[in-house]
Amino acid sequence: MLILKDLRASIQGKEILKGISLEVRPGEIHAIMGPNGSGKSTLAAVLAGREFVEVTEGTVTYMDKDLLNMAAEDRAKEGIFLGFQYPIEIPGVSMVNFMKTAVNEHRKHKGLGPLSASDFLKMMREKKELVEIDSKLANRSVNEGFSGGEKKKNEIFQMAMLEPLLAILDETDSGLDIDALRIVANGVNKLKRSDNSFIVITHYQRLLDYIVPDVVHVLYDGRIVKTAGKELALELEEKGYDWIKQEIENSIIA
Amino acid sequence: MSDKIEIAERYSALYNVNIENISVNSSSYINSFREEAYQKFTELGIPTKKNEAYKYTDLKKYFDHDYKNYFMPVASDFIKAEEFRCDVADLDTHGIVLLNGFYPTINEKMRQLPGGAWIGNLNEAAQLFPDQIKKHYGKYAKSESDGLVHLNTAMAPDGVFIYVPEGVTMTKPVQIVNLVYSDEDMFNQHRNLIIVEKNAEFSLIICDHTLSPQKFLTNAVTEVYVGENAHFDIIRVQNEHNNAGKITHTFIHQERNSVASSNNMTLHGGLIRNSTYNYLGGEGAESNSYGLFLTDKWQHVDNYINVDHAFPHCTSNQLFKGVLDEMSTGAFNGRILVRQDAQGTLAYQKNNNILMTDDAKMDTKPQLEIYADDVKCSHGATVGQLDYDALFYLQSRGINKKEARLMLMFGFAHEVIQNIKVEALRERMDNLVMQRLNGELSRCASCMVKCG
Repeated sequence: MLILKDLRASIQGKEILKGISLEVRPGEIHAIMGPNGSGKSTLAAVLAGREFVEVTEGTVTYMDKDLLNMAAEDRAKEGIFLGFQYPIEIPGVSMVNFMKTAVNEHRKHKGLGPLSASDFLKMMREKKELVEIDSKLANRSVNEGFSGGEKKKNEIFQMAMLEPLLAILDETDSGLDIDALRIVANGVNKLKRSDNSFIVITHYQRLLDYIVPDVVHVLYDGRIVKTAGKELALELEEKGYDWIKQEIENSIIA
Repeated sequence: MSDKIEIAERYSALYNVNIENISVNSSSYINSFREEAYQKFTELGIPTKKNEAYKYTDLKKYFDHDYKNYFMPVASDFIKAEEFRCDVADLDTHGIVLLNGFYPTINEKMRQLPGGAWIGNLNEAAQLFPDQIKKHYGKYAKSESDGLVHLNTAMAPDGVFIYVPEGVTMTKPVQIVNLVYSDEDMFNQHRNLIIVEKNAEFSLIICDHTLSPQKFLTNAVTEVYVGENAHFDIIRVQNEHNNAGKITHTFIHQERNSVASSNNMTLHGGLIRNSTYNYLGGEGAESNSYGLFLTDKWQHVDNYINVDHAFPHCTSNQLFKGVLDEMSTGAFNGRILVRQDAQGTLAYQKNNNILMTDDAKMDTKPQLEIYADDVKCSHGATVGQLDYDALFYLQSRGINKKEARLMLMFGFAHEVIQNIKVEALRERMDNLVMQRLNGELSRCASCMVKCG
């Protein structure tokens, strides 16, 4: 589904990603962990198509297409979803109008006509229930005045509405209390199917108590330094990141 | 300097030629203000950029012009306006059609609307409601620096009079459709007086349309009295062509515990200057001033607000926004004066503007003068481009860039529109603004007036 080959990327001339290769297959959940400043969010930004990150080398292939040549909105319509670490507040734009426009753009892309108002509202209702989002939130402007937890739940709600094939959740767990964390994780688990995939970017292991990854990668200084099964996350929780840093520094010295 | 004198002389000459005609149809009470106002105008002249309140607006282009017609309505003029009367009824309102700011003087005169408010022309009101006229006319429209207010007082022939007596609640708003029409380039001045007495409630919607392509200049003064515990809303929808100059001065005098809101929605016009003065003249009064403008080409829109907190525990809110495209320009000047006695004042001001091009220009100037200690005041102004992060957020959900930009601009504008309390009008404004942002003519769907 998604293949990264030796991806290098810079922000304002400073290289952040220093050669990343990985493959995500349909139905897999990948966790990308790592200490602050390791390049996790930059990786998410590259995949979503943010222009401030400059890709200097390597390829990203998504569903056999060159992802890096696609505009952000086209990536979305092809099934990529980015859950933002810091969702943006947009005063004056209602959640209903926002989601209606987005859903209908996706439908147009698939050659379908726009949803009727009643079908759309029904869909909103169902998805709200699915992700246990407070029904009042959908009547407000996009993220305006939402608490941190509400904003993250709203990301999961949007994901449910757009039914992506590949969802990248960028530190969706940061700043959440345990109830919000559970709701976010349940949303992911309910949306999980055999043909869609998730990349869960997180600093902490605790989200992975609820979302069980198939593969865990550790990102450090712009490189994937370790890849293993879900047990790696537990090990990181127990020992922190220092032992990995130590291992790497030792190997460089050696 | 010589320029200034020459232009002012043009209008002094206009006074000398027309004053007899004007006075004949006006009441002696209203006429008694004219001579002094004329003297004041000759002292002050037409405001130039040296006048702090007009620093960013050059009036010369509109005032230094040989208008063929100084409009004073005669009955036959209203036949044209009558043609539009039946076509405009769409909102659930009491509809009134004006011509160049004047109330029709044929068929119907002063009338009482269902609900109890009176509406008619000022000259007739001076005969029918002499006490109200004496109590309120000329009491609120005062200026030490703006010669245009005095020019209006000196020679406005007539205007609209609305009287909402004590305790009258008008559930339906009054909608005034003001048609601007002339075969020749025209200068016109009208003078309105709105009285909303104690415990009364009243909403007024004014829609301006130009019907002919001639060059127009309007200099209008509206005085509003909002009595104790009364509620008053005024919403202006300005939709004139790019060769029309419109200068409005609205003076709102508020008594204790009254609430007054003004909303200037400027969709189109060549040069527009709206001055709004709120005098909070009693404890617990609240004023809200909102404004939105969308400009392109060579348009210029200037909003000047002056809120005077004269008594304790009053609240004022200002929210003004502009979207400026191409080489258009705009200005905002928001003055908040908190007098020494006005303890417990809450005063807020926000002015946000989006420049769509490098050539568009916006000047914004907050002006806070606070002489009391126990006061909460805030102000903020921004001039910038669309928020890149917000744009990307929308795009990341599959919305293309063009559509995303449109949604953001619409959202930006909607923050002002959402303060309109009349729901049907709020929806109408949303649609008009969307059309305008889409580059379409923003013509009211069910309005037959071919404006724009």
